[in-house]
Amino acid sequence: MGEEILKVKDLSVNFYIEDRVIPAVDGVSFSLQKGETLGLVGESGCGKSVTALSIIGLLQTPPARIVKGEIIFRGENLLDKSYEEMRRIRGKDISMIFQEPMTSLNPVFTIGRQISEVIMQHQNMSKKEALDRTIEMLKLVRIPLPENVVRQYPHQLSGGMRQRVMIAIALACRPGLLIADEPTTALDVTVEAQILELINELKDKLNSSIIIISHDLAVVSEIADKVAVMYSGRIVEYADVHTIFNKPKHPYTRGLLEAVPDIDMNRQQRLKEIRGVVPRPDEIREGCRFKTRCDCAGEVCMDKEPPFYQVGKNLVRCWNYA
Amino acid sequence: MSDRILEVKNLKKYFPVKTNLFGKGTEFVRAVDGIDFHIDHGEILGLVGESGSGKSTTGRTVIRLLDPTEGEIIFEGRNITNLKKKELRKVYERMQLVFQDPFASLNPRKKVGSAIEEVLFIHGMKDRAQRRERVRELFDMVGLRGEEEKYPHEFSGGQRQRVVIARALAVDPRLIICDEPVSALDVSIQAQIINLLTSLKDRLGLSYLFISHDLRVVRYMSDRVAVMYLGKIVEIAPADEIFKNPAHPYSKALLSVASIKGSGKGRKKIILKGEVPSPVNPPSGCRFRTRCEYATVYCGEAEPQLKCIGTGHYVGCHLY
Repeated sequence: MGEEILKVKDLSVNFYIEDRVIPAVDGVSFSLQKGETLGLVGESGCGKSVTALSIIGLLQTPPARIVKGEIIFRGENLLDKSYEEMRRIRGKDISMIFQEPMTSLNPVFTIGRQISEVIMQHQNMSKKEALDRTIEMLKLVRIPLPENVVRQYPHQLSGGMRQRVMIAIALACRPGLLIADEPTTALDVTVEAQILELINELKDKLNSSIIIISHDLAVVSEIADKVAVMYSGRIVEYADVHTIFNKPKHPYTRGLLEAVPDIDMNRQQRLKEIRGVVPRPDEIREGCRFKTRCDCAGEVCMDKEPPFYQVGKNLVRCWNYA
Repeated sequence: MSDRILEVKNLKKYFPVKTNLFGKGTEFVRAVDGIDFHIDHGEILGLVGESGSGKSTTGRTVIRLLDPTEGEIIFEGRNITNLKKKELRKVYERMQLVFQDPFASLNPRKKVGSAIEEVLFIHGMKDRAQRRERVRELFDMVGLRGEEEKYPHEFSGGQRQRVVIARALAVDPRLIICDEPVSALDVSIQAQIINLLTSLKDRLGLSYLFISHDLRVVRYMSDRVAVMYLGKIVEIAPADEIFKNPAHPYSKALLSVASIKGSGKGRKKIILKGEVPSPVNPPSGCRFRTRCEYATVYCGEAEPQLKCIGTGHYVGCHLY
């Protein structure tokens, strides 16, 4: 602990579509210590996945372009790296798990080949050694009968098993940073619980740092140490997981937490809703991004965007705490 | 039994996966395999389960989008199991369905207002002005005042779901089958739709069959909850009761992993082994026994029947 592995500084990503410029991520900064887990939370279109793809260098350019900022990983700016250099980092030092395990695996290669390919690519190992390592990885993610599974194809496995294989691939080279983009969204709740437990366990075992992206605050609460809440391309609140859940400060975070019924609530208590709809990223140019849906919006919110304020343990982008 | 709006008896729905030379099924997915339940007037019955448990098939079979393989569906005292398409039209004035995906359930080339007018026309409202008036009233009811002249793409997901709800309400139904009505929506929008469904229920005295995999939402909405596993109802009870004292080992595990706000790490959870077996070839006896920590030899031999263990609380498990 205490060693900073990743620092994102003032990252801005625009999408250029036809003649429109859409700011998907706008001045996002955060840092991640070794062994720490950061949760990025927000609704669709808030820029959480774009942030992740920028870090791992998988952003489609064009239409997207990183227009500003730095991504410092182990002291080096990833944005200065060439394509070849990034290729060597990806999968070895930084790897990623995606939401849909079926589309992330190649259907025509065996599981064993897909995992050992990553290992041979990045580490000087013979085919035999790589295969041993593959079986070891499959054991690590608790896949039963790994000796058989290495010869199977993705369609022969269930959704939960495929996601385990994805995790095995991602962790095969013991990366310093793992990015998990909605890793359990496509899975059933009982399987989700299994996968979250597995990620938690492996985190301690391998001492990797993790960025977990989710729209579900509850999933994030299972594994994250710190949470950044994003809205419309910006981080609006940042705090440790306990504080976010028990003392949320930003009206949006509070709204998100209240919008989900608690397990002991019934219909007699009306759910608090956040009115309106999520604005398009290019819709709001001035003032606070959340002003159109906020119950506490005042005059100042209309034309000036709030900076971060330190309130207790939270960093909040809201004028109410000025 | 006049207080029951819907009664389902021994409902089965099998889908053939393999057919012989003559197109007759030889192997089946037993999506729904003999379930019984009822819904009272003005009641919301929640139906939960994981993917493949048969909850959506149940919904679709009840409204006869799918023909049941076996069993009886009694709606407002009338057996609708074998009604012909033409006769069903009358039933659809009393029972409607709201799907999960508001993007796929609206015609992109039709203005939303005229899509609903069409429904009214089909159901016999021939006067144009009257239809217009009714559409205006419906849009008002779902919080989309004056938006009738728009096309579906001009709406966000939440607004589209409002349109779909307005369309379902057009014929003034008594029972609405909601199949994952909020699952495709963003969290902040979900609450809006849930509140809308609740207030419409109170205002119009509707009954819902509310299908969802989200336990928190089901808990919030429902009066009673039925838990499905591999085509069977394993437990059915009043919502308060089932969430406080789940009896079936599967319900217990399912409810323990339901993410509860802010509880996060360190909460006691029951993590099930393995995954749901294939419904083509479900385990003999109790279907849950392959993942159950209490399973005994006996569980493989006999299939448990639903037993009453409290007021309105039924569970299908040999432990009881």
